[in-house]
Amino acid sequence: MKKNKVKNKDIIARRSAKNFYLYTSPWLIGFVVLTLYPILYSFYLMFTDTDLTGHGKFIGIENWVYAFKEDPLFFKAFFNTLKYVAMFVPLSLILAFFIALLLSQKIRGVGFFRTAFYIPYITSGVAVTILWGWIFQKDFGIVNYLLGLIHIKGPNWLGDKHMAMVAVVILSLWTIGNNIIIMLAGIQDIPKSYYESAQIDGAGFWRQTFNITLPLTTPTIYFNLIVTIIAAFQVFQQPLILTAGGPLNSTYTAAIHIYNNGFIYGKMGYASMMAWAMFAVIMIITLVVVRSSKHWVFYDD
Amino acid sequence: MDNKLKNSEAKIRKIITYVILIIAAIVCLFPFFWMISTSFKPMDEIYKMPPDWIPLHGTISNFVEGLKGANFGVYFKNTAIISFLATVGTVISSSIVAYGFSRFKAKLSPVLFMVLLGTMMLPSQVTLIPQYLLFNKLGMIDTIWPLIIPSWLGGGAFNIFLFTQFFRTLPKELDEAAMLDGASSFKVFTKILLPSVKPVMLAVLVMSLVYNWNDFFSPLIYLNSNEKFTVAVGLQFFKGSQGNVQVGQMMAMALFSLIPVLIIFAICQKYFIQGIKMSGLKG
Repeated sequence: MKKNKVKNKDIIARRSAKNFYLYTSPWLIGFVVLTLYPILYSFYLMFTDTDLTGHGKFIGIENWVYAFKEDPLFFKAFFNTLKYVAMFVPLSLILAFFIALLLSQKIRGVGFFRTAFYIPYITSGVAVTILWGWIFQKDFGIVNYLLGLIHIKGPNWLGDKHMAMVAVVILSLWTIGNNIIIMLAGIQDIPKSYYESAQIDGAGFWRQTFNITLPLTTPTIYFNLIVTIIAAFQVFQQPLILTAGGPLNSTYTAAIHIYNNGFIYGKMGYASMMAWAMFAVIMIITLVVVRSSKHWVFYDD
Repeated sequence: MDNKLKNSEAKIRKIITYVILIIAAIVCLFPFFWMISTSFKPMDEIYKMPPDWIPLHGTISNFVEGLKGANFGVYFKNTAIISFLATVGTVISSSIVAYGFSRFKAKLSPVLFMVLLGTMMLPSQVTLIPQYLLFNKLGMIDTIWPLIIPSWLGGGAFNIFLFTQFFRTLPKELDEAAMLDGASSFKVFTKILLPSVKPVMLAVLVMSLVYNWNDFFSPLIYLNSNEKFTVAVGLQFFKGSQGNVQVGQMMAMALFSLIPVLIIFAICQKYFIQGIKMSGLKG
């Protein structure tokens, strides 16, 4: 009797395992073929001079030596990317939190505002990037016209090496609607009772914001921070279309460098090395953020 | 007295809140207004300072000339086919895989779930080049297959995760009862679990549709011939071929390319918002 039960349990466990592998097989195959194998292969490619057709030979650390000693754009591309990340990530989080905070007040038309902030996000792509190229145009662009109305001489946004990256950041900030909605959901998750007891204690709006809303939104901010950092390091389409990496390579990012080396110059080995260098930088910064999180992320439970 | 002061303070704060939100909404929407306005202007009006907000002599010639100047009809058809096939693949495969993760156990299942989550952190550049070389070896460069196959093999870690979280909230008693009645595990999936997560399905569907419609990088890499381009790559190509001269045509074509996305959004707004909210779920 007891033996039978054990046997039955065994059969159920085995059937469960069989079903698990059966139903997850599309992902398992995809993972092995399109992720695991490519990771290992790209690690190998990093030490080769493989070209666009996949042929090449082992050259040791020559790609690294070339990147550090001869390629003038390697550090430039990383530096530009870091510059973009350093501007975009904090600004996007602060802006998203601030707007979400306003949306969480008892106001009318939340639906309208949410839609307005969200539309730039879902349309973000080549079309709106081209649109912003026209908006930032130095002589006939609408931004500089509006600045002129308040007697400010608008800069040559896309042609000035100090302004071009700023323009890329502004365009990116315009598409943070998803971050706003995630933040809003985080803020709305906070139990109303916290605010009620704070009001009884006489806490005003700003004290409630800094003592309740902000700390209790830190898990959402943390989530957004990591996702945004990883995405921001891969910035590609906006600088490529808006300024083609220019002027004077001032918006030339790591992802553009990888694309150019791999797919324009056909240096797949070198591009793989760049990809790993980028991955390493992302990993280090993400780890720093994860490590720091225990000092500033506040879990209610 | 104190109360009155507080009340008027709250009123001022409310007014400021509205003012900021309205300005932010204008900043978000104005570029679209400007795109529409520019695309209906004749050339001399486009380069006029100060500009007219609304075209004085509205014309559709930018649309006519733009459509003549490039294969936008073909780009539309290509993008529609790719988006459709990739989206169907994403919804089907990510929900099936999530069913496996949420309802069945194997020795490796916890590890594999961690691996799944880990892949979300991986920048696509790391796998990009070997993937390209692989598809090249299979003779699939300049075909739609590299843009579709990944969607059928799991459909993205994030979508799998989303479905898994929601399947886990459904009581297991339901499917166990159905199994006792002799339903196969696949039937439990299609008849019991899937119908219960319709909002998630629709969220994944609309987000995948828009993602694929807007996607620029993959088509840029895998498609070489003009008649196979998607709208995103076609637009970029069109911009390159026109320089910065034909702004009106560029705006007209950019607007044209956004119409499907805007229509989908207008109809399914609810599911987009739901999908985004779900993506911020802790855990």
